[in-house]
Amino acid sequence: MQNAAATNGAGASQPKKLEPLIYDLGAPGRIGVNLPDCDVPKTALPADLLRADLALPEVGEVQVVRHFVKLSKLNYSIDQGLYPLGSCTMKYNPKINEDAARLPGFAQLHPLTDGDGAQGALFLMHELQTWLGEISGFEAVSLSPAAGAQGEFAGILMIRQYHIDRGEGQRDIILVPNSAHGTNPATVTMAGMSVRELPADAQGNVDLAALRDVCAGDLRDRIAGMMITVPSTLGLFEATILDVVEAVHDAGGLMYMDGANMNALMGAVKPGQLGFDVMHYNLHKTFSTPHGGGGPGSGAVGVTAALAPYLPGPVVAVIEEENEQEPPLYGLVMPEKSIGRLKAFQGNFGMHLRAYAYIRVYGDAGIRDVTRYAVLNANYLRARLMATYKVPYPRYCGHEFVLEGHFDDAEDVHALDISKRLMDYGFHPPTNYFPLIMPEALLIEPTETEVKEDLDAFVAAMERIAEEARSEPETLLNAPHTAPVRRLDEVKAVKELVLCCAPALPIGARD
Amino acid sequence: MSYIPHTDAETRQMLRAIGVDSIDDLFEAVPAAHRFPGLDLPAPMSEMDVAAEMLAISEANDHAGDFAVFRGAGAYHHFIPSVVNHMLLRGEFYTAYTPYQPEISQGTLQATYEYQSMMCALTGMDAANASHYDGATSLAEAVTVALEAGRRKRKKIILSHAINPQYREVVRAYHLGRDIRIIGDRGRGEVVDLMEMLDDNTAMLAVQYPNYFGQIDDFSRLAEAVHASGALLVFVANPIALSLFKSPGELGADIVVGEGQPLGIPLGYGGPYLGYFAIRQKYVRRIAGRIIGETVDADGRPAFVMTLRPREQDIKRERASSNICTNQGLMALAASIYLALMGKNGLRQVGELNYHKAQYAADQIDRLDGYSVDRSKPFFNEFVVACPRPVAEINDELLAEGIIGGVDLGEHYFHLQDHMLVCVTETNSKAEIDRLAEILGGLN
Repeated sequence: MQNAAATNGAGASQPKKLEPLIYDLGAPGRIGVNLPDCDVPKTALPADLLRADLALPEVGEVQVVRHFVKLSKLNYSIDQGLYPLGSCTMKYNPKINEDAARLPGFAQLHPLTDGDGAQGALFLMHELQTWLGEISGFEAVSLSPAAGAQGEFAGILMIRQYHIDRGEGQRDIILVPNSAHGTNPATVTMAGMSVRELPADAQGNVDLAALRDVCAGDLRDRIAGMMITVPSTLGLFEATILDVVEAVHDAGGLMYMDGANMNALMGAVKPGQLGFDVMHYNLHKTFSTPHGGGGPGSGAVGVTAALAPYLPGPVVAVIEEENEQEPPLYGLVMPEKSIGRLKAFQGNFGMHLRAYAYIRVYGDAGIRDVTRYAVLNANYLRARLMATYKVPYPRYCGHEFVLEGHFDDAEDVHALDISKRLMDYGFHPPTNYFPLIMPEALLIEPTETEVKEDLDAFVAAMERIAEEARSEPETLLNAPHTAPVRRLDEVKAVKELVLCCAPALPIGARD
Repeated sequence: MSYIPHTDAETRQMLRAIGVDSIDDLFEAVPAAHRFPGLDLPAPMSEMDVAAEMLAISEANDHAGDFAVFRGAGAYHHFIPSVVNHMLLRGEFYTAYTPYQPEISQGTLQATYEYQSMMCALTGMDAANASHYDGATSLAEAVTVALEAGRRKRKKIILSHAINPQYREVVRAYHLGRDIRIIGDRGRGEVVDLMEMLDDNTAMLAVQYPNYFGQIDDFSRLAEAVHASGALLVFVANPIALSLFKSPGELGADIVVGEGQPLGIPLGYGGPYLGYFAIRQKYVRRIAGRIIGETVDADGRPAFVMTLRPREQDIKRERASSNICTNQGLMALAASIYLALMGKNGLRQVGELNYHKAQYAADQIDRLDGYSVDRSKPFFNEFVVACPRPVAEINDELLAEGIIGGVDLGEHYFHLQDHMLVCVTETNSKAEIDRLAEILGGLN
């Protein structure tokens, strides 16, 4: 096989892969499925259009099962333990939601089913739109964006179009704090606008004086809006948020809230009431839809009445009001001045239905408790770890907090080493080196679903690691020791760029 | 309290450790006037009741469990082996995050690497990323790559009208803020007409394979013409069709994108799906989204890691070419499992079943009075039928007989009023096809 030299070419003494590649399993002629015979008369295939070869594996069903079970065991997951990955809200993913998603009425529903035949799905989406609007204080919601980053993109495109329609198309600058997620500035560029970065003050808030300077300066008429995460990526609620909103609105800009940290806000405050014009929700964070090892996500957007006509479509609306005999008739519609369609069909419906079931279980009181206990857990960990680690910003945190992954008396040890050592103690590491404004940041988000015993065990592990940093730093620098593999050579990965192990294609097919 | 495990005693202990009296004290930074607003949501519900409600809602839909489906147009009802779902339900896969910590994510990383490899094999490309959101957004991302490859000086994008109309809408929305021209899809231009539009301002030309009407166009001179103009050739391809037909790589494509849903992902009312994206080696550094590469660990053990990271938004920020962050990891895993099960022999068999059944269905319908099938080009598992009555009327009648008929092409194509796009897959039995023809025959 062509890839053998590239991947397994090392001498016999070199360690082997933990599990062979699927291409290295199997035998010619083997097949992993049992397909039906053709029950119609066959038609001749158009010979001149056919391919000569198809370089896929040839493995049996049992082999496939074992292969993927073995691979699964090389992963860490929420189902195994605490996953305190800041800004990612790794909460428990309820099992019933997985069952619901697999009901034939959802899983086997064609996306182009005529409205009458999809009333169940449309009802569910309509309810979810309404609930998300209620939770965040917005007038209208579209569920169509496929992920948080698409929700952001939708938000910025709506802001852009709003200004254009008002004859203020010169407004092309979006203000972004330097603590922002990388998706924020990338989104602005994708929408054809420019980023103006804002500094943070000593408390981790947006530097209000700097913001007011920009809003009063030469760029005033070019300010389209501002993107800000609340609470901030440091896990702190901006004490001056109302002043920030006012400054940007006064300059004619609109306020975008990055809803990545919504787990700190539900029932505590409604972004719409704070003056925000648009925000996105991460259903895969706040509303427990699984992260899936890197997606799918779902990034609904909520807006004020002024921006509602610009929402990405389609959205679900009541087409015929209910009467004594009939329930309301729901349908998919494109908002009047919609920025358009950001993905085919109507969003990641499988995530919508999981979020629906999640909100339904918690209900009015429970949704507020999600936030209350998420904030309790974060503040508990913060209070316990303050004795051992430097915790900047002497304030209660939201659903997450940063601490410094570095000690003055153990200079060689860095946040990355602490993260890797946590794996040996059976925990997923926190987010490290984010937000960028804080050196050696460890961003810790336990979520509300973690039991106190596990939080205490995490504290004990962090305390032990802090001791090891002084007594045996090498143990940290070489960590992890018990994970399936040790630290990886990322430079080699970039330099040699082995991205594919499929056998070579027929001659002439490549450059 | 549902999924919150705290006892009152524990809550009190935790509050004491923090040094506050109540949880609400932790929210002091929220402006008092807006703190703890009312929430108008329904009351909490037990798991048992939620399960019953979800079942009731789901059954208010006309789904493929109860109906024979002859509808495709970008979403396809295929057989999915049980193994796929069982593997996806392993919590180790679906409750993991993006594999930023490779030491404890080798499962996701290797499965994604295998997915990339199998997509390369199918498409005839050198590299594939870990996925985009769906086929439409993959095409929109291909536009970005082509603009970058043309050093942002080439500003013309040529799209065939026979690309899925929703995909073309997505491309336009994605690039609203960019100074580019998207042309080619307003009329009914054939591939040769698109070739006429090529010039030194063209960044890319995209076609669909099989096209939106299920047909295979003549691409024999296309690659040469596109490359002579200095543009990139992009194929939007149905991966099941690639089990039978020449790979886009063989036909000269530079980028191949498409909807991976047919590879083991249920219809699911349109999502989550899988945008696959494959490309030739020379453009690989322009690819957006996550890519998994092979390397070694500190002991020299071969292992996998996310690579080419500096392209991504969390590092490059406003200079990144895309903001993509989360992709469709679990859906790529589904495709990986599906392709491993089907393999070289099974996927070809699925492709042939689709082909033979669609040809058979077309024969049955074509001979009916008032109906005619467009046979001007070879087709795979979809075909266009000219109908004697409006498609909506026919579909109402079919629905009453337990059949979900084809898409009404008149909604997106003015010249195709009263034309239906019929899809036939391996899931449609001969009896279903015969029944479809019988009912249509009675509706002329």
